[in-house]
Amino acid sequence: MADSKPFDEMYNADGSVREPYRALAQWLEEQPDKALTLMQSDAEAIFRKLGITFAVYGSEEGTEKVIPFDVIPRIIAAQEWRKLSKGIEQRVKALNAFLYDIYHRQEILKAGRIPERLILQNSAFCPEMMGLEPAKGVYAHIIGVDIVRVGPDEFYVLEDNLRTPSGVSYMLEDREAMMILAPDLFQRQKVAPVDTYPENLRRTLESVAPAASSGAPNIVVLTPGIYNSAYFEHSFLADQMGATLCEGPDLFVDGGKVYMRTTTGPERVDVIYRRIDDDYLDPLTFRPDSMLGVPGLFNAYRAGNVTLVNAPGTGIADDKAVYTYVPEIVEFYLGEKALLQNVPTYNCTDKEQRNWVLANIGDLVVKEVHGSGGYGMMVGPTSNKAMHNEFRKKIEARPDNYIVQPTLALSTCPTYVNAGIAPRHVDLRPYVLVGDEVRITPGGLTRVALKKGSLVVNSSQGGGTKDTWVLED
Amino acid sequence: MLGRTAQNLYWLSRYVERAENMARLLEVGYRMSLTSRREGGASEHLISMMQAAEVDEDFARKGRPADVDTVAHFMMFDPDNPSSVFNCLMAARTNARTVRTAITGDMWETLNAAWLHFSQIKPRDVRGAKLLELLEWVTHLSHEFRGALLGTILRDDGYAFLQAGNFVERADNTARILDMKYYVLLPRAKMVGGDLDIQQWSLILRAASAHLSYRHVYHDRYKAHNIADFLILRPEMPRSLIYCARFIEAQVQTLAEFYGRQPACNEAAASLRAMVEGTTMESIFAHGLHEFLTEFIARNNIVSTSLSESYNFH
Repeated sequence: MADSKPFDEMYNADGSVREPYRALAQWLEEQPDKALTLMQSDAEAIFRKLGITFAVYGSEEGTEKVIPFDVIPRIIAAQEWRKLSKGIEQRVKALNAFLYDIYHRQEILKAGRIPERLILQNSAFCPEMMGLEPAKGVYAHIIGVDIVRVGPDEFYVLEDNLRTPSGVSYMLEDREAMMILAPDLFQRQKVAPVDTYPENLRRTLESVAPAASSGAPNIVVLTPGIYNSAYFEHSFLADQMGATLCEGPDLFVDGGKVYMRTTTGPERVDVIYRRIDDDYLDPLTFRPDSMLGVPGLFNAYRAGNVTLVNAPGTGIADDKAVYTYVPEIVEFYLGEKALLQNVPTYNCTDKEQRNWVLANIGDLVVKEVHGSGGYGMMVGPTSNKAMHNEFRKKIEARPDNYIVQPTLALSTCPTYVNAGIAPRHVDLRPYVLVGDEVRITPGGLTRVALKKGSLVVNSSQGGGTKDTWVLED
Repeated sequence: MLGRTAQNLYWLSRYVERAENMARLLEVGYRMSLTSRREGGASEHLISMMQAAEVDEDFARKGRPADVDTVAHFMMFDPDNPSSVFNCLMAARTNARTVRTAITGDMWETLNAAWLHFSQIKPRDVRGAKLLELLEWVTHLSHEFRGALLGTILRDDGYAFLQAGNFVERADNTARILDMKYYVLLPRAKMVGGDLDIQQWSLILRAASAHLSYRHVYHDRYKAHNIADFLILRPEMPRSLIYCARFIEAQVQTLAEFYGRQPACNEAAASLRAMVEGTTMESIFAHGLHEFLTEFIARNNIVSTSLSESYNFH
């Protein structure tokens, strides 16, 4: 797989332009010299001016960076998107059904379709959630499914991000920037809008308010504060929805109900879109040393007096070890074949598979089960012998701590780099909202590995983003 | 609105106003030091300017001589000076970032762009004409921010907290400028000011951005009595104590109406305003200008603390 030339989304192997990219190719050809260079520097200025920054972990506190933005949009045809969104909808429904089951009767374990040990002894499993009835039965309300493409009709799900995924503000701001930078390009084709997201987010959150709350529910966004790497996004979403942006100390629990401290005293809170990890939500239930959370919050949640979005404990469904069972999960709960494929994954606890992995590690991708953000992983073909050996040792020591996948030849898109326009690998994170219904914003966030040949698209590892266009018929 | 949000709004606009006042004070100190004819005069002017800004002790701790370069650097860029323009702009922007959802995009972008610009300036490069240029930039920034505020924000509680912060800071500043030089404003047997007095008066007026509007109000040469009157009792002067006090009272009144209750800060604001309402300069001089200003600053502080208690700043 790694040897063949990757699928390019703009150009066919013979150099002709694929249909969805016709207008873009024409437009690129018409651009005078330096036009893209200018656009690129304008884009940087726009993002900095708006304060669309993220903090880089490990660097000096308060250091803010602008995520690189590529001015050439990525384009998805209408029928490609229809197929993708059907697969996504199926997947998020099945995962929510799975979560409900796992925290209630655990039928799927009783049926022996997933090993019990894998769930009940998993650190992402949250026993405190057992028997709790979340509003509308929904656990994961906001999901970002990472999808990669390797051929015209071949899409794979890389990860289901069910723990309040980030990046949606970039999807929205990339579009804003693109409309400022290249308005004429939009006039040449019909591009599905993405600015419906904030309204749909609000609707989704309202639809899962506790049954007992009357009138328009009071929605807040709970942030760890301005030093969090995604603070911009937290404030952006609160602003777009007209919700109050709170930090832990702004909230308190009294008599099993949640209130915020306002200028005129306590005010009841119904729905909390929390951007704080499970562990930090409530020092009385989870980590006692947490300063970010709200003491007593979990009990208020259990009592049905407030809705937490996403629910605690959703991590059990996007655990890398559980991931391999998602096709099984779709079949078990929906009685359908999964429309979207998983990347084939090797299980290192199986001796035969492990030996094969150790022998072929140079061609494989190794991921730590609980790692994220591109950390704790190794891409075989782009790593040296020392790295291979290091990961061999790691796998032998803790085979259950790693999953291994073939190195996928991620599709490439034309990208503006120093040397001009060149193909770079991309992935896609569409954003899904689950409440009274499933709402998927057309497109999503395209992340692009700006380094030549690199397959790592994470912004913390030098990745950038692109505006993502879903064409309308 | 969250109590914390109200607090951030209040301080955000206090810091913008403070940055502007610091720039004005420094400009005055700088001009005075250039024209000082006496040995050591330049240093004295700079120090009394820092006294007005209440940062003279912080400066003394640095153990450096007070010359134009050291003082300009201290007032503009020094992180050890709590009121340096650097610290004011950083605090304003951090507050703005924290309440990003409670202010408009225009207000945020003004502060964000200003911070990005300012934080890239190399202090070494800022001397002479460059310094004056940068000081002007700071005052323009303050105008731009206020313009964005007036032009774009909803007239609700957030607006009132922002405006209250702005004018509490301004009242404090005007009172301090007057107090720094109160003795040159006192009535004396010889009513005609000498050159030194004129220079001092002009310093006071410039620091309050009032040296030109003075002429329009009084059609007269600089006179101590008029200058004190202008900065304390003239209701049309937007930096006078009476203007600020009335304005602050109007903001807390707006809040009281918005929330439908009369908390303790309303009384504090009324008491501040009462000090400057229905009095005359003669009466103020008779009771002591310095005592009057000290009392005013204290009451202004009470407005600030009582506002934070009344509206759950935390």
